[in-house]
Amino acid sequence: MSKVNKRNTQTRRSFLRGAALSSAGAVVAVSSTAKEQSEALITEAQSWAQELADGVDVTPYGLPIEHEGDVIRRNVPWLTADAVSSVNFTPIHALDGTITPQGCAFERHHSGAIDLKKEDYRLMINGLVDKPMIFTYFDLERFPRENHVYFCECAANTGMEWAGAQLNGAQFTHGMIHNMEYTGVPLRTILNEVGLIAAGDLKDKWVFVEGADASSNGRSIPMEKALDDVFVAFKANGEALRKEHGYPVRLVVPGWEGNMWVKWLRRIEVTDGPVESREETSKYTDTLSDGISRKWTWAMDAKSVVTNPSPQMPIKHGSGSLLISGLAWSGHGAIKRVDVSLDGGKNWRIASLSKPGEKMALSRFYFHTDWDGEEMLLQSRAIDETGYVQPTKTQLRAVRGLNSIYHNNCIQTWHVGKNGSVENVEVS
Amino acid sequence: MLKFHRAAFLSAALLIAAAPMLADSYGLGRPATMKEIAAWDWNIMPDGAGMPIGSGDAIDGEEVFAEKCASCHGDFAEGMGRWPELAGGIDTLDEDDPLKTVGSYWPYMSTVIDYVKRSMPYGYAGSLTDNETYAIVAYILYSNDLIEDDFVLSNHNALDVEMPNANGFIIDDREETEYANWRTDPCMSNCKDTVKVTMRARVLDVTPIEEASSDSQLVPEASQSGEVSVIQINAVNQELADSGKKVFKKCKSCHQIGEKAKNRSGPILNNMVGHPAASVNGYKYSKSFKSAREAGLIWTEEELAKFLTKPKKYLKGTKMSFAGLKKEDDTKAVIEYLKLYSE
Repeated sequence: MSKVNKRNTQTRRSFLRGAALSSAGAVVAVSSTAKEQSEALITEAQSWAQELADGVDVTPYGLPIEHEGDVIRRNVPWLTADAVSSVNFTPIHALDGTITPQGCAFERHHSGAIDLKKEDYRLMINGLVDKPMIFTYFDLERFPRENHVYFCECAANTGMEWAGAQLNGAQFTHGMIHNMEYTGVPLRTILNEVGLIAAGDLKDKWVFVEGADASSNGRSIPMEKALDDVFVAFKANGEALRKEHGYPVRLVVPGWEGNMWVKWLRRIEVTDGPVESREETSKYTDTLSDGISRKWTWAMDAKSVVTNPSPQMPIKHGSGSLLISGLAWSGHGAIKRVDVSLDGGKNWRIASLSKPGEKMALSRFYFHTDWDGEEMLLQSRAIDETGYVQPTKTQLRAVRGLNSIYHNNCIQTWHVGKNGSVENVEVS
Repeated sequence: MLKFHRAAFLSAALLIAAAPMLADSYGLGRPATMKEIAAWDWNIMPDGAGMPIGSGDAIDGEEVFAEKCASCHGDFAEGMGRWPELAGGIDTLDEDDPLKTVGSYWPYMSTVIDYVKRSMPYGYAGSLTDNETYAIVAYILYSNDLIEDDFVLSNHNALDVEMPNANGFIIDDREETEYANWRTDPCMSNCKDTVKVTMRARVLDVTPIEEASSDSQLVPEASQSGEVSVIQINAVNQELADSGKKVFKKCKSCHQIGEKAKNRSGPILNNMVGHPAASVNGYKYSKSFKSAREAGLIWTEEELAKFLTKPKKYLKGTKMSFAGLKKEDDTKAVIEYLKLYSE
């Protein structure tokens, strides 16, 4: 006990000593340059420091301040035929921390974002269950509830980069991802309510989950996953889901591709096999170079990207202190470590995680360096709790070829020019 | 049975699940009725379970396809613009740019019937009769040379039609082919001799560039321009317009109308009746539409009725892949509906 106290005291004392020294240094530096370069921002009274401003009810539900108006979702119009069946991208280059605000979290619709009121919401559970049942939204609110933070990544995230460096921006190369704190009910609780005795041996059973929109997007999920951590969510980041993310109820399938996170969830059927729906056969399957395609590639492998600097976030401050920041995640568990390279993968250094990695959730990493103003080839490499190391694009291509479309989790390279501009490149 | 199963993990998950299975019930929800289940449970299993009862051949299918599918998928299922191609591509899956269609890629017949019935046509999902569904599927199969045009596809024989890529799939094998190799201690220094930039995104230049505003695209040119004439249109019959709203569902997958309308595969239809043809700004009209406008075509109710009855006959070369409205009442009604949005 006393030992601990002693150590704490010492630490505090040495910290205070250090602080005194550095503030003394600061005084010296300021006094030598300040005379010529006083800023009017400081020396002259500013209007905001004198006048009154907005009262409390000016914005009953607040939006980001107008100066942040470019932190928005963006679309790549040439990707799809129609915005109603399309995708846009989270501005990950401009965000920090790990939680994605709902208002700028990427959207993917197959028939548009529908307007479904809580009062009109019904969830049907049928198939191999003891009693097929209907639940209202308000029924769901009466089950015991849990909160979990999970990332949701579209299987096609980074898909445009298979054949080469295409899009100039972390938002476009890696922005089909968001990370939210969900509130809802474990699917196993709801399946228990309808009873699974009729299903017999659960080992080879599946659930087919379906949305209420016109695409009626449906996916098959093995019962093992359904009973493990699949989650019926109605809140995200503390408030109701946004319309574009499935209001009032969506499915959360931790670590697995976003297409399975069915929005506007309306039906769950217990089946004796996979339905092999359009979305799990003709789409979201990975064609290898010999023409054979992998199916059921649900888990999203470990991946990371430097979000700043990146093409939309050039270095504007010149050489000197530079904070490199990025995101890492794995569908197989928690991120254990992230490495950063400044020279295109020749040499690596361990970055710091802002907090210990959490299962199937985004981790934020930082790497601080003193930039000499020379060109850099920035890379990051994620390692998850299974020991899996994020591969290079060359490694992925050697196994899969160029036509996989989905599940591209390769190491990304940003070229930083002497002027601080950043470009998406591929390296040998 | 499942590749990804790890035995220990599986039994743990099932044990956890088994305990509350027997115990807790929260007394929530109510029984689903048979009628309710029938209304929502449409999915078809690979073995054919759940298949709708009906039939149709490619000859019938061609007509239904032209009316309900061709505006996006092309008259011959070849796809329009970036809309999906449904035919062709067989034996291209191991090539540089594989063409994935129902014929070349889809492994199960059940999926085709399931998807057409449940999710098509785009913009009016679930509206096909079971016979129309089989006819459309037959036409798609015929377009892929998988059946003859007079083959009557039905719930009895659909699963007998061989899908060329039925054996083209393997279950996720990343555990063996990737994870086993990539769960290693990574190299930290001098990991390669040289690093060269081999490709730059700027060479392709496909990143979207922000534009100041695209709102101007949405304002029809005709209503602002002095040189074109606008014909006075007759007062709207609200009742007729209401029934026209229903007919308009056929148009909705390509055309939008109203205040928030945007050009899609077809132009917005605001200010159409009484205005010069091909006058929506920002929409890329076909050559034939452009010359019709130059020739002074104005969409009077009479001209519009002729166009909507047989679009391709009326204006050869139009991109509008719609077979036409067969009933005169429907044509009148939909024009009345368009008038609601025309000044």
